[in-house]
Amino acid sequence: MKLSHLERLEGESIHIMREVVAEVDNPVMLYSIGKDSSVMLHLAIKAFYPAKLPFPLLHIDTTWKFSEMIQFRDQTAAKLGLKLLVYSNEEGLKEGINPFDHGSSIYTDVMKTAALKQALEKYSFDAAFGGARRDEEKSRAKERIFSIRSKNHCWDPKNQRPELWSIYNTHKQKDESLRIFPLSNWTELDIWQYIYKENINIVPLYYAAKRPTVKRNGTLIMLDDDRLPLEAGEKPLIRHVRFRTLGCYPLTGAIESTADTLPAIIHEMLLSTTSERQGRIIDYDNNVSMEKKKQEGYF
Amino acid sequence: MQVSQLAINDFTTYLNAHDKKDLLRFITCGSVDDGKSTLIGRLLYESQLIYDDQLTALAKDSKKFGTTGEELDFALLVDGLASEREQGITIDVAYRFFSTDKRKFIVADTPGHEQYTRNMATGASTASLAIVIIDARKGILTQTRRHSFIVAMLGIKNIVLAINKMDLVDYNQIIYEQIKADYIAFASALGLISIQVIPISALKGDNIVTLSSNMTWYQNPTLIGYLENIKIQSTSNAAFRMSVQWVNRPNLDFRGFTGRICSGQVKPGDLIRVLPGNQKATISRLVAYEGDLNQAIVGQSITCTLIEELDVSRGSVFVSANDPCEVADQFETRLLWMVEKPMVSGRQYLFKSNSVSALCTLSKPKHRININSMEKMAAKELTLNEIGDCDVSLDRPIAFETYEKNRELGGFILIDRVTHKTVAAGFIHFALRRSSNVHKQALLVHQEQRALIKEQKPIVLWFTGLSGSGKSSIANLVELKLNRIGKHSMLLDGDNIRYGLNRDLDFTESGRAENIRRIAEVAKLMTDAGLITLVSFISPYKAEREMARQLIGDRQFLEIYVHTTLAAAEARDVKGLYKKARAGEIMNFTGIGSPYEAPEEPALKIETENTTSEEAADLVLGLLSKLGIID
Repeated sequence: MKLSHLERLEGESIHIMREVVAEVDNPVMLYSIGKDSSVMLHLAIKAFYPAKLPFPLLHIDTTWKFSEMIQFRDQTAAKLGLKLLVYSNEEGLKEGINPFDHGSSIYTDVMKTAALKQALEKYSFDAAFGGARRDEEKSRAKERIFSIRSKNHCWDPKNQRPELWSIYNTHKQKDESLRIFPLSNWTELDIWQYIYKENINIVPLYYAAKRPTVKRNGTLIMLDDDRLPLEAGEKPLIRHVRFRTLGCYPLTGAIESTADTLPAIIHEMLLSTTSERQGRIIDYDNNVSMEKKKQEGYF
Repeated sequence: MQVSQLAINDFTTYLNAHDKKDLLRFITCGSVDDGKSTLIGRLLYESQLIYDDQLTALAKDSKKFGTTGEELDFALLVDGLASEREQGITIDVAYRFFSTDKRKFIVADTPGHEQYTRNMATGASTASLAIVIIDARKGILTQTRRHSFIVAMLGIKNIVLAINKMDLVDYNQIIYEQIKADYIAFASALGLISIQVIPISALKGDNIVTLSSNMTWYQNPTLIGYLENIKIQSTSNAAFRMSVQWVNRPNLDFRGFTGRICSGQVKPGDLIRVLPGNQKATISRLVAYEGDLNQAIVGQSITCTLIEELDVSRGSVFVSANDPCEVADQFETRLLWMVEKPMVSGRQYLFKSNSVSALCTLSKPKHRININSMEKMAAKELTLNEIGDCDVSLDRPIAFETYEKNRELGGFILIDRVTHKTVAAGFIHFALRRSSNVHKQALLVHQEQRALIKEQKPIVLWFTGLSGSGKSSIANLVELKLNRIGKHSMLLDGDNIRYGLNRDLDFTESGRAENIRRIAEVAKLMTDAGLITLVSFISPYKAEREMARQLIGDRQFLEIYVHTTLAAAEARDVKGLYKKARAGEIMNFTGIGSPYEAPEEPALKIETENTTSEEAADLVLGLLSKLGIID
């Protein structure tokens, strides 16, 4: 008898989560509502069953998420009886920071990175689970499963702790914190296969449907509400689209697709010639931007 | 079959088949010049895992940082950190993912430079196969030996020796045969047995996916063919072992023990033993979200219940009742030191293996190993990236297996108690038997009864501070005052003890650590005897003071920081020691050649520059009275 690779990945992720709960004072799970978060949440429920989750979920709400994501978030929390914390950077909101007037870089910095740091400090969380995977991006491929962050939540990529076997060092100075990535060794395909195998609920935006979109700099942006300012000559068109990755709607590109079932999505993914993060506008600001953002405290 | 040819209906079948694939984790080692990154780039490319947008980014990067002229520089695809791209070297391990029709793969691309050995060990610790890459023009180099040594130390059994750049030596069979013979001779001495030698050209694709027409003399498998088919030893047939990671107690009626199975398998009804206590138990249920399981195997994270009501907590190990593992508290181990601060023998470190955490002290290394020449060298300590053999003594017995037998139960890390850094990776060779024949004698009279007839509460007053700060004068006065009010006491003075009990110790960091360990043990005996014990030692390191506090017990340990500035102590210089230290006559003098780590939260801090010894002694007595130790 032998474990399949998905069973092995599941065993590893659950081991990681239990290790955190056994050794850390006040952990939290970052919940971004995307497919990876859905898988991470499902694994956590399995890890601690029959007990309830021994930590809350935290959603950093930029107020620019797709409305279907927010609906899904609230339904999921209610259905599973989870403790859900929602945090927004109030100062950023007051100053009206948005992706159009301030650019994706400042917007991400204020509404995501700064908001995350404020929330972690507000609740004194000393460890946070994130759903990032090593196959997503070059600097993620280098990060440890247990990633130590400084007082200012910064990642120091040149000075990472060695991490051998499945023995994790959870010890830290009082003002340091941990970011933990239980899905480090999963690939995009693994995530989809696991969703399929375990019948995990995901936001409907992942499935193709007719949606109003405009084409901007080669990217299809969905008009999720009436806050998206149309540029001269732009005309919204109803297109058959879906999303490979979800974030803030003005910064997330859709792909034209008819895939409206999980097998169809996986099939399409296997034939795709672009990576999932291509739909994320924030990654392309400069070529090491993810590493830079992580050093500043981004997940 | 190609995905594109599959209709959606068949695709479900395809997915189910895909789910059954197993996973092989391997590492690649070799330097940039050997073509390591080119090889990984080639593997990703052949399994169609480089996307168009990544290729576009790669083309852009190749122009900016590349070393391959007009061609794509695959190394940049793998080296993800800004400083790696700038310097053109791999600093830390990167994980890459690809799959073929038969298997899924996670490849850890590990750095080759000696200064990043710890990162190579990180990558190798989770791999079951290593590809060691050699440049056909250069043959076996020092670093080939070093990489092979680390691979063998981490317990990787399967090696692929990829002789690369065969296109640059005209695909010459004689060169291949020579390198092969040299390597096998050398590697078998390291205990590496399963070695497959493959001549390749990562750049041109020879023998990667298909057999090369340029090397018709080579008949054996291609690189991908070998990776797809190599049988990896599984520990599913070994005896059942599981460390208890966390106890799941949602309510009074349920007590589930969670953990990941380290080896073997388990099912309801199985008889087990709980180590280190050696209680017998029976598995009742394997509880899971989707419904109870009939059995579970190595690699699965499970929740199980026991029929018997036992007090089991994190750190216990469940083992098969018929085939249990050993329990011990002292081991001979191999250590890989992973931080710049050298190891200190005698100091306490935190020992963490799979879910067992304990305190340990290290002996002086028996030797260190020169990993370039494999020679054993004499050593007093281990520093960054050094490997040596060393005895480790734990503060409690643990269930273990040798690293050779089980990586999960034989590997451990050491954590510095002050910086919290992971300072070493360790491998258990065997248990030392000397402790198992010594049994603690149960005593009929305890500290409580001894203190009772003295009508006092025993405690340790631990005076710490620079040489010449006034510790001993103050401690002396405190003892005098205690004696006058009829309290039984004992003063242990640093200088005096160094004339007797500790005359064999020097003033190096490990000499000081051992000095404090002994004095803490003596102070503990004194407290057990019911005495108020005054310790007046410089005790410059936090780690040792913490060790003393732990040994004696927080409740009976008062840290008194006798503070003066270095300048003031030096100006006073009662014993003339500072002058000698400045003149270079005394090495490792605290404050000059050796650091003093000030206490962060002492029970009492005395500023001696504006306090007389008399006043200071009264401050100490005031504290004792406040705590109810004296009236």
